[in-house]
Amino acid sequence: MDKVFNLLIVGVGGQGTILASNIVTQAAMNAGLDAKKSEIHGMSQRGGAVFSHVRFGKKVYSPVIAKGNVDVLISLEEMETLRWTEFLNKDSQLIVLNNRILPANTAEYPQGLTDKIKSQFNNVVSIDPEEYSKKLGNAKYLNVFLLGVLSNYVELPEDCWKNAIESLVPQGTFDKNYEAFLTGKECK
Amino acid sequence: MKKLLSGNEGIALGAYEAGVKVVTGYPGTPSTEITETLSKYKDIYTEWSVNEKVALEVAAGAALGGSRTLVTMKHVGVNVAADPLFTMSYIGVKGGLVIVSADDPQSHSSQNEQDNRHYARAAKLPMFEPSDSEDARQLTRLAFEVSEKFDTPVFLRPTTRICHSYSVVDVNGNERKEVDCGKFERNLSKHVMIPAYARARHFDVEDRMAKLKEFAETTSVNTTEINDTEIGFITSGISYNYVKEMAPNASVLKLGMIYPLPENKIKDFCSKIKKVYVVEELEPFFEEQIKVMGCDVEGKKFFPITGELSPDNVAELLYGKKELLPAEKILARPPALCPGCPHSFVYNVLKKHNILVSGDIGCYTLGVMPPFQVIDTCIDMGASITAAQGLEIADPSIKHAAVIGDSTFAHSGITGLINAAYNKRNTLVIVLDNSITAMTGMQHNPFSGETIRGEQAVQVNYQYLAKAVGIEDDNFMEVNAYKPDEIESAIVKLSDSGKLSLLVVKGICVIYNRKKNKKKEGV
Ligand SMILES: Cc1ncc(C[n+]2csc(CCOP(=O)(O)OP(=O)(O)O)c2C)c(N)n1
Repeated sequence: MDKVFNLLIVGVGGQGTILASNIVTQAAMNAGLDAKKSEIHGMSQRGGAVFSHVRFGKKVYSPVIAKGNVDVLISLEEMETLRWTEFLNKDSQLIVLNNRILPANTAEYPQGLTDKIKSQFNNVVSIDPEEYSKKLGNAKYLNVFLLGVLSNYVELPEDCWKNAIESLVPQGTFDKNYEAFLTGKECK
Repeated sequence: MKKLLSGNEGIALGAYEAGVKVVTGYPGTPSTEITETLSKYKDIYTEWSVNEKVALEVAAGAALGGSRTLVTMKHVGVNVAADPLFTMSYIGVKGGLVIVSADDPQSHSSQNEQDNRHYARAAKLPMFEPSDSEDARQLTRLAFEVSEKFDTPVFLRPTTRICHSYSVVDVNGNERKEVDCGKFERNLSKHVMIPAYARARHFDVEDRMAKLKEFAETTSVNTTEINDTEIGFITSGISYNYVKEMAPNASVLKLGMIYPLPENKIKDFCSKIKKVYVVEELEPFFEEQIKVMGCDVEGKKFFPITGELSPDNVAELLYGKKELLPAEKILARPPALCPGCPHSFVYNVLKKHNILVSGDIGCYTLGVMPPFQVIDTCIDMGASITAAQGLEIADPSIKHAAVIGDSTFAHSGITGLINAAYNKRNTLVIVLDNSITAMTGMQHNPFSGETIRGEQAVQVNYQYLAKAVGIEDDNFMEVNAYKPDEIESAIVKLSDSGKLSLLVVKGICVIYNRKKNKKKEGV
């Protein structure tokens, strides 16, 4: 993998973006690649927009993705998808979980965003969180499920993913999480 | 084995390997996790100090006593610690003393964007800057060696992007090397800075600067990569990565030691490369010094002084502005108090009353945001109590109050309270005690009754403190944060009394409480 792969994971504080980005980065390391990841903790975390840049390849310098260069965006929240458009290009692969989380002190969630996203980008996988929460038995497996979807767009060997999930998810939850990953893999 | 470590974990690992014995610090994003990580090693003494000045002074003592010592703080913490800093430069060390100043370009979680490289120059101390987690580890180890070799405190200056970015570190052979630096040795003219001794020590400091300049020329952490001789960059820290990413064929002089600068190395580089750019975040700290050396370089003409840099800044310099998808207008998600936060009840009460509220720094600063908007000032830690005094002197016709968190009160609120009592001020001081230092991620403090390792500790008693300061018995009250009626009657009563008052509003931080309960259940 000579070209560095650029993954941006975005959402709202508390949705599990950090676990997801840890797993991908570990999977890349398991595959013998260099990897970096960048996120900002602190004040911005409290109910705020959160992001994690993940980059891997033969040699990675910047932990931050240059604008317009995202290969895959995983968004855990509908509106958040559009906050980061400057980092994307028309052909970026978008994996969007259509959660809608109302910002504090706001009355109404904006309408028609999914259509807007689909009209602006050529490659969008749009996922209904309720359907898959039911399927997986619990919404907390959705982040690992999304990594399963991601695995269709990045060449990392299956066992690298499996080991990464095993080493990073909370004890006793591997089976459920791995199942979620495999379910995601079927979702293209 | 290869591990993914944050820059902060890299620093902690380097300190551990260097045989650090004493670690002090005051929490502050982005530095906090360094001390937290080191507190897990049983063979290292770690403490959350009351503030940064205290942290540096405890560290200074430990280093003079022969222990390798690390002290951590965020950039503004160095302002608080600046007094001992400048004189420790004269005194020097016995065991290595490394001071981490974690800078925050872009002010991700700070009240300003100050560039602490200026402190290295002002206090005449060497400074190192890492560019990833492995670098952070190596430079921390080197910093201890340099400290002892040159008899000087040493600065390590990571920035937020380094502290909180993760990169691969090969932790094989991460053995701890115990270093015996001996014990404290009496040396009056070196350790007791009366004017006569200080004047003499200043000469030693200048000699040391000359030696450090020579060291900067030869150290392997200042590296020159000559590639394309048409274009080159002088850079350090995170910016180095942006340069390598966007200009892989350019020549690069990477500075791992960022003060003092290697003048000959820089001149030599500039003489070989046709066009040299200096890429640095914040101030033109390198650029100005390099221009004084007589080198023809450009920097801030192309790169902003404000905020963080990114790969995009370097790309724009080289390739011009890139066509991007337009940014969308999205509803903001400004930080807000957590649902159920104990601070919110006091603010609802304050909102109803016409009181000028001097604020302070912590989660409760969010009282400035809707729906509250009750805080009128926020300057630096401790300034609520003192600025309220000044505001009251300027206009005694209106009511004044100060709000301050428990950690901030311990940090630098108490001296202000004594000042108020001594100078006959009539401020109402409200401590918002949520049992923890919440803003920076739940650290214990002298009002929470536990040490950094969760061991039981004394809990400073507000009532005795009020009494000792000279606040009348009737002017001290403690109320439950979840009882707005009681808060309200206390505020009205104390405010109407027209005398200096201390009101403690107690309610445990909801996040901390959840964490504690989880721990109890063993989850
Ligand atoms: C000099 C200085 N040191 C450290 C910080 C980082 N910091 C911001 S708020 C805070 C403490 C807040 O704790 P507390 O007063 O208990 O309020 P809480 O966040 O718990 O409401 C710290 C350490 C700072 N801003 N300035």
